[in-house]
Amino acid sequence: MAAADVTTTKTTEQTLPKVPLLTAHSVEQEVTGWRSWVLTTDHKKIGIMYIVAALVFFVLGGVEALLIRLQLGTPDNTLLDPQTYNAMFTMHGTTMVFLFVIPIMAGFGNYFAPLQIGARDMAFPKLNGLSFWFYMAGGVVFYSSLFFGAPEAAWTTYAPLSDDAYTPGFGTDAWIFLVHLTGISSLVGAVNFVVTIANMRAPGMGWGRMPIFVWTILIYSVMLIIALPVIAVGATLLLTDRHFGTNFYDVTGGGDPLLWQHLFWFFGHPEVYIMIIPGFGIISEVLPVFSRKPIFGYKAVAAATASIAFLGTLVWAHHMFTTPSPTAVLVFFMIGSFLIGVPTGVKIFNWIFTLYQGAIEFKTPLLFAVGFLSMFLIGGISGIVLATFPIDWQLHDSYFVVAHFHYVLVGGAMFSIASGIYYWYPKMTGRMMSETLGKWSFWFMFVGFNITFLIQHSLGLDGMPRRIYEYGDIGNWGTWNLISTIGSFVLGIGLLLSFINGYRSLKNGAIAGPDPWRGNTLEWFIPSPPPVNNFDVVPTVRSVEPLKDIRQEVASRSGAAEAAPEPAAH
Amino acid sequence: MPAQSSVGRLRQGLIPLAAAATATLLFAEPAAADWISPERGGSPNADAIHSLYMILLVVGLIVFFAVEGLLLYTLWKFKASRGHEAKQIHGNTKLEIGWTGGAAVLVVILAIVSFAKLGEIRNPPNSDPAGFRVAAIAEDPGTNQKLPPNKQGLHIKVTGYQYGWRYTYDDGNPATQDPYTYRDLYAPTQTTVLLSITSSDVIHSWWIPELGGKFDAVDGFNNWTWFKIPADKAGVSFRGQCAELCGRNHANMTASVKALTPSEFDAWLTAKRTELDQSAKDAAAQRAVVEAGKELK
Ligand code: HEM
Ligand SMILES: [Cu+2]
Ligand SMILES: [Cu+2]
Repeated sequence: MAAADVTTTKTTEQTLPKVPLLTAHSVEQEVTGWRSWVLTTDHKKIGIMYIVAALVFFVLGGVEALLIRLQLGTPDNTLLDPQTYNAMFTMHGTTMVFLFVIPIMAGFGNYFAPLQIGARDMAFPKLNGLSFWFYMAGGVVFYSSLFFGAPEAAWTTYAPLSDDAYTPGFGTDAWIFLVHLTGISSLVGAVNFVVTIANMRAPGMGWGRMPIFVWTILIYSVMLIIALPVIAVGATLLLTDRHFGTNFYDVTGGGDPLLWQHLFWFFGHPEVYIMIIPGFGIISEVLPVFSRKPIFGYKAVAAATASIAFLGTLVWAHHMFTTPSPTAVLVFFMIGSFLIGVPTGVKIFNWIFTLYQGAIEFKTPLLFAVGFLSMFLIGGISGIVLATFPIDWQLHDSYFVVAHFHYVLVGGAMFSIASGIYYWYPKMTGRMMSETLGKWSFWFMFVGFNITFLIQHSLGLDGMPRRIYEYGDIGNWGTWNLISTIGSFVLGIGLLLSFINGYRSLKNGAIAGPDPWRGNTLEWFIPSPPPVNNFDVVPTVRSVEPLKDIRQEVASRSGAAEAAPEPAAH
Repeated sequence: MPAQSSVGRLRQGLIPLAAAATATLLFAEPAAADWISPERGGSPNADAIHSLYMILLVVGLIVFFAVEGLLLYTLWKFKASRGHEAKQIHGNTKLEIGWTGGAAVLVVILAIVSFAKLGEIRNPPNSDPAGFRVAAIAEDPGTNQKLPPNKQGLHIKVTGYQYGWRYTYDDGNPATQDPYTYRDLYAPTQTTVLLSITSSDVIHSWWIPELGGKFDAVDGFNNWTWFKIPADKAGVSFRGQCAELCGRNHANMTASVKALTPSEFDAWLTAKRTELDQSAKDAAAQRAVVEAGKELK
């Protein structure tokens, strides 16, 4: 497959004889400027476009979050009217899930999965481009609703509220189109990942020597393929209910509003794991590198990830504990959700024991990875509490749930994304990000995040439902909400510092060289940023940490002289 | 393996830590109950949910302190600046089986505890003898209805609509129209009140935290729950609000339950019924006038 790149092979060396070694019917001129991005099929450029676009949407979603928090800062606030408020949390949730976390993971996967397995591109480079542009289309259609009437039925878009009888207008349709467009994007992308990973691994890289990050991208893809068709069907039925007179979700026409919830959560719960599993992968790369130790229990980590994915597709109705459902059903979904605690616990211990007895270097990627560990744990514990359905009867749809899933999605997914960006930025740009700014950013984010969301557990326990645009001066609600709002701005400052860091380092960062962190995987074998064809020579892989093997090989050949570590730039 | 000994030492350190955490929590409970646990006090099911939550909270905090403690210790002990070498360990099967088993056991314990508490939360008790006189309740097959052992209780139908609650009090007399109220639900103490919750439009969710969990109001479905307010809460008004996004005014869809003594409730119900009868009579009279007018034409 990779050999097809005949036309781009450069033959500039003067020593070559003046006889043509290759014949080509035409030589395409190298495209430059913006067209080199728009028309690209290079997995690295596509990866960067995914990451940049996702970060832009993240900023939009973040601004929406801050508006929500401003409105809730004091009781009976009138900053946002109810319609705008509902639009803000609907757009925030939808943006963060469909336009930020899922695509940025696709971005990391695009850039690094091929590099880590020693491939020269993805299996289907053109499909890969298509996948990105479907994602952009989804984002643009969704955000265009700002001009035509934004969606207000929450990211869960429950029927019958989302039916045309209660929510007419363009907004909910835009949401449906977003689901379809980003769905096609992810499906195409997922198939591409599976084929690439299955077929294009370097010589010697059996399944048992694949980097954990690649495992998680594989599992992420399989889960997308299982979950997405279901929401696509669900959303299509909603569309026909809204516009073509069907009654799939309308009880007065013989339909069933709970059908929507089943279809939505059959997708929606796996979606949560789709968002977090590549994060697991990033953490599993970063922890070994910065503790100078192999991952503890490679097989257990890979197997635990797979079993989380499997169980994750069987527990969707734990989001429906308060619906009119028989107790036996509730019990089944409670036990299923409890079971997920086991592989999750296994992973947390494996990660901690990866650090244990290591030589831990406190670089920014490691700080974010450790931040992830400490906060994801909290989300996991509150998850078990919520899975106990009688307790969920009290806490469901309250601020306790908002706190829980932000511990998983921000403390978990977003911190792993930050870790990944600090870790891989040198590879993608050839320059290091500032460690000083990175550490400031980390501490602002860590502290701000916990101020924002820890107190929300108490709000929920005290009876504050989510998705309310205002509240009266009840008990401690005013004070606690104010604390949360202040925290969200501290978190915002932390994020801003990282954005500044990323922007400034493009020009000012220290030159990274091929392997600034002394990494373990193949992306560190090649220059930063890598050439178009990635690898001139694909090394043979003999373990999970091929680059460590290569370093040792070099060291043993060149004698003790090499033992000194490379100076890690900052 | 050298790994073992220091792991062992670690384990010894964690046990007292966990014990200390538990102790702190148990002692702190009464004082801090308002911000670390769900509301309770209005009904035995809310109390049972509260105590189940406290058990999970204690277990959760032990796990939290143990794991975060281990993490912090590891970070402190094994930082590179101490100048030691990383041990190239790839895993430890015994340890890994150990924590997998440990997690599994914990999960089984939690499941058993939850089941033990389930009856108390799910199944309504009988009304007290001093409670409001209650009638037999008809079974509602195909739903999640649970009846008290004697199958008697006060049945109130709760209907959510954009944006309010309507309550219909089943007075056991099929011949007359049942009394109803909006927003404020009146309920007798010491009496098992069974709620069948539904909606006439989008989905809402009934939630009075001090009286137990929330239950969705879905058009076309009856969602059953119950509460039984203790005698000493007569005169108390329990607040709550809709917990499922139902449109722009979701935030203002509040509700309250006003607890009356059984005799107060009896008087209130009678007054309500008279009021209803009176308005029915007035309506009939008015209709007669209208009909008469039609005939005149
Ligand atoms: C960066 C800081 C963030 C802040 C301050 C924040 C804040 C909030 C707030 C205040 C709400 C509204 C809760 C409600 O009214 O029910 C919310 C909802 C939500 N957030 Fe975030 N959030 C942040 C990041 C994220 C991220 C990274 C995700 C990741 C995927 C996320 C996912 C969601 C979802 C799914 C909802 C539910 C929306 C809905 O109810 O329809 N948030 N967030
Ligand atoms: Cu779920
Ligand atoms: Cu509502």
